[in-house]
Amino acid sequence: MLAVTALALARLHDLFAIAMLSGIYSLVSAVLFVMLDAVDVAFTEASVGAGVATVFLLSTLALTASREKTVPRKSLLALVVVVITGAALIYGTIDIPPFGDPDNPIHHHVAPRYVHDSPQEIGIPNMVTSILASYRGYDTLGETVVIFTAAIGVLLLIGGKRRVSSKDKNE
Amino acid sequence: MSIVGHYNYWIVAVLMMTGFYIVIASNNLIKRLVGLSVFQTSVFLLYISMGKIGGGTAPIVAAGVKHYSNPLPHVLILTAIVVGIATLALGLALVVRIHETYGTIEEDEIHAQDEEEAL
Repeated sequence: MLAVTALALARLHDLFAIAMLSGIYSLVSAVLFVMLDAVDVAFTEASVGAGVATVFLLSTLALTASREKTVPRKSLLALVVVVITGAALIYGTIDIPPFGDPDNPIHHHVAPRYVHDSPQEIGIPNMVTSILASYRGYDTLGETVVIFTAAIGVLLLIGGKRRVSSKDKNE
Repeated sequence: MSIVGHYNYWIVAVLMMTGFYIVIASNNLIKRLVGLSVFQTSVFLLYISMGKIGGGTAPIVAAGVKHYSNPLPHVLILTAIVVGIATLALGLALVVRIHETYGTIEEDEIHAQDEEEAL
């Protein structure tokens, strides 16, 4: 199933289908997150990544052009850069501790405390929720600030200026 | 063991490089944003893979379960997904404005128009 995701990506070099394919890609990655025990992340990815992002992309496509001009341009250089970077990354993965081992360093810092104490301290069986809302509440506050800022930015960019720019076009 | 142990991370690298390639090689602004979100998802996958414990279950308390996967990366990625959609929305809004001003979303055409204005 990992390979399916990569295959879906390889086809992303198509035209208008990019928007729909990115939605499918998000869904596949959500399935992958379920397999990796991250159910909350999968929920969010499926709703936000596959749902909202696709809506945003499609509405942008409706407002702008829906076709991409295929100009083969410096893609060989890009390919070389990408291959070199990818080789460096794969070389880097050799040092990563093996997948799924409970003795990995990531599982020995604060995670045991969250796993063992959060049901008693917070009283919610879902540890992800209790960390998100309580232990790392400030992160979530920052996240909402980011969303708020983005919403203001989008409104300023599209909402307010539309009349001005349509006037410009009329001139 | 070694091949199985790092397969996920290799897929992450491949996905990341696919996104990177889309970002640098494509001329279309919307396609670039999609490439950026592909790149993002590969980072999510990296974190979630690290949090997985073999034989563990999702981090929700249940009777008779001994190993839970690490909940901390899940929380971080939950935040990152939402922030990612916020930046994507902002980028798409910028694309819409660029299209209103230049009438195109191809980068080389925008550059050409800029140079014409400068002359």
